[in-house]
Amino acid sequence: MLTVLFDGIAYGMVLFILACGLAVTLGLMNLVNLAHGAFAMAGGYAALVLVNAWGVPFLAALPLVFLATAALGALMERTLYVQVYARSHLDQVLFSVGLIFMAMAVVDYAAGPSQQFIRIPEALRGRIEVAGVGMGIYRLLVIGLCGAVALALHLALARTRFGSQLRAAVDDSRVARGLGINVGLIFTVTFAVGSGLAGLGGALGADILGLDPGFPLRFMIYFLIVVTVGGTASIPGAFLASLLLGIADVAGKYYLPSLGAFIIYGVMLAVLVWRPQGLFGRAGVR
Amino acid sequence: MTPALQTLGLTHHFGAFLATDNVNISLPPGARHALIGPNGAGKTTLVNLLTGVLRPGAGRILMGGEEVTGMAQDRRVRRGLSRTFQINQLFPELTPLQSVSLAVARRMELDGGWWRPLGHGGAVAKEAAEILGRFGLSDAMGRRVGDLPYGRQRLLEVALAIAARPRVLLLDEPAAGVPEAEREDILAAIRALPREVAVLLIEHDMDLVFRFAESITVLVSGAVLMEGTPAEVAADPRVRAVYLGEGGHD
Amino acid sequence: MSVPDRDAARRQLAGLARWRPAEIAFWVAVLAAYALFPQRAALIAEVAVIALFALSLDLVLGYAGILTLGHAAFFGWGAYVAGIAASRGWEDPTLGLLLGGGTAGVLGLLGAPLVLRGGDLTRLMVTLGLATVLHELANRFTGLTGGADGLQGMVVGPLLGMFEFDLEGHVGAAYALAVLFLAFLLLRRIALSPFGWSLRAIRANPLRAAALGIPLRRRLVAAYTIGAALAGVAGALLAQVTQFVSLDVLSFQRSADGLLVLLIGGVGWLYGGLVGAVVFKLMQDLLSSLTPQYWQFWIGALLVVLVLLGRERPRAWIARLRRPAEGAAP
Repeated sequence: MLTVLFDGIAYGMVLFILACGLAVTLGLMNLVNLAHGAFAMAGGYAALVLVNAWGVPFLAALPLVFLATAALGALMERTLYVQVYARSHLDQVLFSVGLIFMAMAVVDYAAGPSQQFIRIPEALRGRIEVAGVGMGIYRLLVIGLCGAVALALHLALARTRFGSQLRAAVDDSRVARGLGINVGLIFTVTFAVGSGLAGLGGALGADILGLDPGFPLRFMIYFLIVVTVGGTASIPGAFLASLLLGIADVAGKYYLPSLGAFIIYGVMLAVLVWRPQGLFGRAGVR
Repeated sequence: MTPALQTLGLTHHFGAFLATDNVNISLPPGARHALIGPNGAGKTTLVNLLTGVLRPGAGRILMGGEEVTGMAQDRRVRRGLSRTFQINQLFPELTPLQSVSLAVARRMELDGGWWRPLGHGGAVAKEAAEILGRFGLSDAMGRRVGDLPYGRQRLLEVALAIAARPRVLLLDEPAAGVPEAEREDILAAIRALPREVAVLLIEHDMDLVFRFAESITVLVSGAVLMEGTPAEVAADPRVRAVYLGEGGHD
Repeated sequence: MSVPDRDAARRQLAGLARWRPAEIAFWVAVLAAYALFPQRAALIAEVAVIALFALSLDLVLGYAGILTLGHAAFFGWGAYVAGIAASRGWEDPTLGLLLGGGTAGVLGLLGAPLVLRGGDLTRLMVTLGLATVLHELANRFTGLTGGADGLQGMVVGPLLGMFEFDLEGHVGAAYALAVLFLAFLLLRRIALSPFGWSLRAIRANPLRAAALGIPLRRRLVAAYTIGAALAGVAGALLAQVTQFVSLDVLSFQRSADGLLVLLIGGVGWLYGGLVGAVVFKLMQDLLSSLTPQYWQFWIGALLVVLVLLGRERPRAWIARLRRPAEGAAP
């Protein structure tokens, strides 16, 4: 039982790292970026190349993956996304679905349609037993790393100058502009960090979530649930929603193998009926 | 006589902020009533309560003696409560004729129909043309609403509200943003409203208020400061004190 | 009011519903395509199915303004219902069509309250979720649907008891075009009716629409239900014409194709779906013959480029050909 809970937490932590960037960009610029998962996939494949082909040690590859996808995110934001901020949600949806298709085709072309496995060091492969609970060392690492990132994010938003500017811009970008805050720059940085984190999540989570060209589509619904249930622009909300979703998904697949795939939709439905604005939501994004 | 619109002890909080404080207003049929008050007096909140955008924390709203307090917005409209908006809420891509026609079709209870076209039978067109004529918009009926000058858009705003054939009409700052030269048109249009409609005018332009209203309620900090004829209100020292803070009302 | 004004108003409103020469020319061209290219009957039927699906999506997305990522749910539902009916001895195609469309409509009616519960984001999530759940169910219940192998053993009887479906697909194409035309007539009436205008009003300005007394929720639920039913009809049509149903009728790709068709042809006017479907299918054929494996890339690139160019552009070109006062119709 506790092992399932443990796996669920690891899964949820990865989901959080993947989705938190989306939650913030959605709250900040009201940008529906369905292609967020494509950045995660890019991170996964970047790690694949670094570790499997170039022989970079796994743990050393992670920060590189973060930087690479963050750079990719910044580039995309400056060249493409910046043009759709002011557009309708419909336009943003069409645009980002188009990006997903392109990303999927490119990855398919470059690496083939089959699932890929990143070589994880032997030392991380084993299991340890703590008080009767079997825990995979790799998942333990994932929880530790993602937890650290989540904490760092929370502190960065709560304590730093950039964090308070970001929060001001999320609350009311017009007022923030009036206060002399460079909202455009804040968004580029946020978008880049969000993309970088998605890439990191893609690399870390490849072993848990799988990695193939279908990734951005398969996890689109998870991201949507995290930001809708957690409420946009709320880091703690997205965190709790991710954990809830991860635990429900893992537990569902473990205890009810025949119905497991439907559990997350049950969660989605329950939250929708019970709290249409999300667990921690504001009515803002419409 | 049963009032067309009446509030009893209407109260509403936003968190700890008391936006509407035990407001009692009564509009007889055909009233020409104005609601004035400095910025932040709670005029917008009151309009939102009356139209059903907000549900009051306490108190009741009656129309023609019948309770509408918890009623949804569209049902109030069908009961005869219509409104205009402080900021134009129009259909920029449609023509004035199309806009008014769909409002008329709604009033005729035709809008659930999905088989006959909007103009079928000519009854909608006839009434729409009549309303547009009343607001001097006949010559513009086929133009795009978004292309009309602001003052005429403002008139269309009132025309749309009238198309619902209301018993009570809330005019939320009808002259807001209208250039001085076109204000007379607005005043003429609202003065020419059918006499059986009770009108509640919310307005900053005191000149307009005093030329239009037959009775006035002064709202300050969410509560009714006083109610009376324009002459009584103009003479009241408390009202003068409130408005002196805003630099006088003339 | 003067009498000329009244007559002008009446003329303008009546003019909205009139068939324009370009419209008639369009349908004549469709007929001509059917007559001139008998060897492309299968392609014509496929275009008709895509067009019908796009029309149903336009009612939901373009007219009612409901963002959806999962319209394929109703398409696939209709396809499976008609397919399963045909494989279990209910051979009459008309019956299958009505069953597929009717049950999809019920599904839409049941789903509408959930879809309309929140803002755009919630709508995206719920519609995508619904389609994904159906896809998973169809994949799981292999006994009923054939799972990943597809539904086998459909027997579609003669159309109206008279016309056997032929191998070349001539009857199938005629059938598909006839259903498309009937559905188009229905949607045209809906778009021009007060109900259709109230949908436009809601999309253009919900605040004002509510202030006019239009019951927003009820209108949106009705539009969503009709859109779902028509998507079901489109799916049923595909199943009957191809005599096969596979899982991809419920795929995300299918929903996205619908969006792309509307993006090409224009959202919020009925010919957008029709023109878009023709262009989309021809382009898909061309691209997949050039780069069979990676046409998805070009589909994606097209989405991105069309959005960046501005969605209104293709429509604006056509609108310029019409008189401005008629810009909103049909």
